[in-house]
Amino acid sequence: MVDSKMVLTGQTLAYTLYCIVLILLVVWFSIKVTGKGKGFGVKPVIFYTFVGFLTVLGVSLHLITYNTIPWAEMDLNRSDYTPDKTFVIKVKDHQFIMPSEKLLINVNDKVLFDVQSEDLTYGFGLFRDDNSMMFQMQVVPGHRNDLLWHFDREGVYTIRSTEYSGPKGVFMILKDVVQVVSVNATN
Amino acid sequence: MSFINTLINGEEGLFKSDSLTPMQKLTLRFVVVGLIYFGFVVIEGMLMRLYEYKPLPFITEPQFFAILTAHPLVGIFGSTYSIVFGAFLFLVPYLMKKPLWSIKLANWTFILVTSGTFIFWFAGFVSHYAPLYTLYWPLPADFTQFSVWGGTFFIAGIALVMVGSAFFVINIFKTIIYTPEGWEQQPSKELLASALGITGFRNLFTKNKKEHLVSLPVAAVARGSVDVALNTAIILFTGVLILVYMVAAILGFDLKSTAIDALLYKNWFWWGLDLIADGLVLIFVAGTWYLLAMMISGKPLFMQNIARAALLVELVVSWTVWSHHLLSDQAQPAILKVLSGEMVTAFELITQGLAFFITLATLWSARPLKMTNPLKFLLGGLLGFALAVPAGIMQADVGLNRILHNTQWVVGPHVHVAILVGLTMTLYSAIYILFPIITNGAKLYSQKLANVHFWCHLIGGIGMGAFMGMAGLRGMLRRSLYTHGEFNIYMLLAAICGTLLLIGFLTFFYNIVMSIGIKGVIGIFTPAKTKTKDLVPALEVI
Repeated sequence: MVDSKMVLTGQTLAYTLYCIVLILLVVWFSIKVTGKGKGFGVKPVIFYTFVGFLTVLGVSLHLITYNTIPWAEMDLNRSDYTPDKTFVIKVKDHQFIMPSEKLLINVNDKVLFDVQSEDLTYGFGLFRDDNSMMFQMQVVPGHRNDLLWHFDREGVYTIRSTEYSGPKGVFMILKDVVQVVSVNATN
Repeated sequence: MSFINTLINGEEGLFKSDSLTPMQKLTLRFVVVGLIYFGFVVIEGMLMRLYEYKPLPFITEPQFFAILTAHPLVGIFGSTYSIVFGAFLFLVPYLMKKPLWSIKLANWTFILVTSGTFIFWFAGFVSHYAPLYTLYWPLPADFTQFSVWGGTFFIAGIALVMVGSAFFVINIFKTIIYTPEGWEQQPSKELLASALGITGFRNLFTKNKKEHLVSLPVAAVARGSVDVALNTAIILFTGVLILVYMVAAILGFDLKSTAIDALLYKNWFWWGLDLIADGLVLIFVAGTWYLLAMMISGKPLFMQNIARAALLVELVVSWTVWSHHLLSDQAQPAILKVLSGEMVTAFELITQGLAFFITLATLWSARPLKMTNPLKFLLGGLLGFALAVPAGIMQADVGLNRILHNTQWVVGPHVHVAILVGLTMTLYSAIYILFPIITNGAKLYSQKLANVHFWCHLIGGIGMGAFMGMAGLRGMLRRSLYTHGEFNIYMLLAAICGTLLLIGFLTFFYNIVMSIGIKGVIGIFTPAKTKTKDLVPALEVI
């Protein structure tokens, strides 16, 4: 499965390239519009081509990500999947209340995180050792907050609240509590 | 002229505050107050940026989050609303060649926005009330964390700003439709229909096409003002709701926070709040780009009818995009996430792209142009939005939002680049072009300083957004703190760029003070010598 890190690398490359091209375009325009030459109207065909390009770009971005980012489809249709494991986690008074000290997951498990807030709006995210984010969701009180994730490789992850819930929320970190291990290791 | 003389009397003593009409004084007051609040925001931003690098001993954590709460609100209401309201209360009558409907009401807008901003800023400063601008329920009514009195004053301050905003909307629409004393009766309904885009919409389906009675920039102001009105109503309603809980707590009653559905609240609040970021800002900015392009080039706007129609599309789009803020809320219906959150939001790429293209094409038709301050800042503003809008479209994607939501990516390349580079540079362009008109011919003190302002602001704004974005892509959250130096390299680089922004702002402020002199600055806040309703002493129109 494509990892979220790889998706972010692709996004970084695409957006950086876009920024460079755009900045160069504005620099070129600034030089040309103030340089020698005569003003003339832009042909409507160029305008309509540009409009068409934007339309295709706007729509295709979501179609491409839906078909290439593995968790997008699974997230929108998560009720169609049967999770291999479900963890119910409660949140109250700026604390995660875990079902067990460590959450043990087998590689290739589809895991449902069902997080329930008993007071404020929080966030729930899994982070790698280098602080990069694996995924996150909002945790809204009085509502079902469930996220299905397919773990396809071994790893150790930290849980952190990803939404502000007052200054105390900064310390809502449970270090290395999620462990993904190969089936052989659990046996 | 000596330095001291210039400092006191302004460049060549050209600015005479006594010559200003009440409308000119009012507009300048809005601008000066807006710039002072922008100074607050820049300093607050720098303090937070330094704190993100290493906690400062004189700022506690609750104080940090109080600053984080006040920072965007002072920026939007105290600074941007002030400058935009001031400019449009002047420009709408100026472009319609008639006096503003009510200077008195405009004065009340000024008083309410200025004082309301100060009240909520001060309440946050003293009490550390810090539910952030998102006010996610039930955080604003969590009195185990926040002072109920601090919160009461904070929300009351916001409410005052909203009342001032409502007065602005009334004044704008009344100015468009009313008949000044001694004038031939104006076609109010037709003017309103033209301003709101109903005439243009009808023209699509009839052979007997009616002409547009209001100019394109006025139509943009009117349509943006619709979003101001809707946004004001939602924020006021939410504010009153929070105040009910606060007053109850003060009186000793403990109202149950579960009486309000947190997700429903989040939906209506984001619907209203998003009318600023994805509504009035984009519409006002597009209208301002068109006006600036026409003023700078002296040419009619390229594809004027399309531009007019796009403004109407933008207005409708702004009512239907709020769900992109709830893509990480799992209880939010998937249909809303996909339709409102992704698809309709993607329309902003098209509407802003059109505005970008139309503005450039209009400028192109008049080449060669001189690289004046209004032109260079306009190009900076265009670049800012062209960088920031696609960044927003990327995060408004179900797949990408899962790994971008609430990271520094959102607030860096999208929010800060849109506001600091896109919006603020557009406002600076407007200020530079209007400066001689509203000051009756005052001269800018130094072109070199204006250039320093431009480059510091442009590089600082883009650089800060870029480094925040890099941290966000590596997992750094917004609205949080990292005490072990996890992202220090990015925060340090962002702080250096923030310093450039601060230098740029101080340079601009100094340049303006030297242009009109301290005497002139004081004169702006003294009563006008004349009681005329004219906008400028000898009525000029473009």
